[in-house]
Amino acid sequence: MSGYDHALKYWYPVAMADELDTGQSKHTKLLNTDIVVSRSNDERLDVNAAGKSLAVQHAYGHAWTTFSDTPYPLFAIPESSEQERRFVPCGVVRVSCSPLRAVENFLDIAHFPFVHTGVLGSEPHTEVYKYDVKIDETVDEVFATNIKFFQPQASKSAEGGIETEYIYRVPAPMAAVLYKTCPPKPECLDVIALFVQPLDEETCDVWPWMALYDDTSSMADLIQFQQLIFVQDRSILENQMPRKLPIDPGHEIPTKADLTSIAYRRWLKKRGAYYGAFERS
Amino acid sequence: MTITLYNYVLSGNCYKIRLLASLLDINYETIAVDFHPGQEHKSKALLKLNPAGTLPILVTDGHVFTETKDMLTWLAQHHDQSNTWWPANNSDQLTRVVQWLEFSSRLSATIGELRLNSMLNKAIDVEAAKHGSKICLRELESHLTEQRIKGIQWLSGDNPTVADVACFPYTALSPDAGIEHDDYPSIRSWLHALRSLDNFLTMPGIHELHELKSTQKISP
Ligand SMILES: [Fe+2]
Repeated sequence: MSGYDHALKYWYPVAMADELDTGQSKHTKLLNTDIVVSRSNDERLDVNAAGKSLAVQHAYGHAWTTFSDTPYPLFAIPESSEQERRFVPCGVVRVSCSPLRAVENFLDIAHFPFVHTGVLGSEPHTEVYKYDVKIDETVDEVFATNIKFFQPQASKSAEGGIETEYIYRVPAPMAAVLYKTCPPKPECLDVIALFVQPLDEETCDVWPWMALYDDTSSMADLIQFQQLIFVQDRSILENQMPRKLPIDPGHEIPTKADLTSIAYRRWLKKRGAYYGAFERS
Repeated sequence: MTITLYNYVLSGNCYKIRLLASLLDINYETIAVDFHPGQEHKSKALLKLNPAGTLPILVTDGHVFTETKDMLTWLAQHHDQSNTWWPANNSDQLTRVVQWLEFSSRLSATIGELRLNSMLNKAIDVEAAKHGSKICLRELESHLTEQRIKGIQWLSGDNPTVADVACFPYTALSPDAGIEHDDYPSIRSWLHALRSLDNFLTMPGIHELHELKSTQKISP
């Protein structure tokens, strides 16, 4: 089965749930196919491809669609039902890179001090301490746990530098969910997710979404904090060569900090998720 | 006197104000405006402040500025003891500063729009913007080359001015819009000179000089 056929079986975000006024539509792309997203009424968005209407569901602030009649279920994010959290869809950023590279970059902590200097990392705090990575066989997801890192400004709500704890979760080839220390509520974890809409194998639209405990920051502040970070990544992502993500072992030499990245690539290979992947011919 | 900047972190025009304020060590407050995805700059409250519906907006005692060029000029006139960033005492240089301030609008209208298209999916005439961007960069390159031959590092003379600050962001950010700097050696050296200034300020897509090395190191 080719990577394309495999990719067809997932749900993908194509709009924010509250995007478009009634009667409006927009043209976009999903897995090399032109699609139209439109709003026929207040309740829901419709998605069409070549005149055929596709399945749509609304979840985590976005409208999701799939080409499959028998898709894998959309992964669960249980925190999305905790009503005290603030749910923050951050809009869309387009990146000229493989959708898999966008996810992989999100999982990499070693770049924080260099790319997100003064925010998510700083010199000389560049060391990545030992952490655990595993494939959870029951749900078939990648998990990285026990990640600890010094961050000058871990989130909009952080006052000064703190040791931040991270848990990463990859629930689908083109989605990643991060759980991190919540500065105003240390007993809880903030949730930051990256939902990727693959336009084709070398271009993607990235929809960050957050579920936070933060009663003080304005919505604009929260969104801009996340956009600032993601656009810092964008210029790095667009310069990575090849544009597709190499998933054969040994193609790129990962450093010891890239444990999550190695696990992610192996997991993609094992399940045949080759859409956006670079294979040695 | 309080200075308030209505700001969007990814906007090159807002960055012009942040950059000059940093270079001149001016204190100011920011109010984050949800430009994307919220389109807050087109909201009733902000249209009341700036009917043009653009960012940035700068509010100081008694003034509401909505044009970036006016903001830069006003900040330099009132906060630059050296009188060099707005060279009021050098009419020849001042004329050139005004010309290059005007030129900066063309950079916003071409590279700025192309960047919004390639990053935030803004609907524009892409081919026209690409063409316009390259014309602007070639014009800037040829001027900076002439300056270099004369031994002059900056756009209008021997010192950096608001014109350099105004032309810097979208020129530096053109790779965001898919236009690399490889073909423009004089532009590269001018960008480098700006980034070497004391109190230089970065934004996403514009790195500090030492930082660039580090990021190059981690990109495979
Ligand atoms: Fe990053």
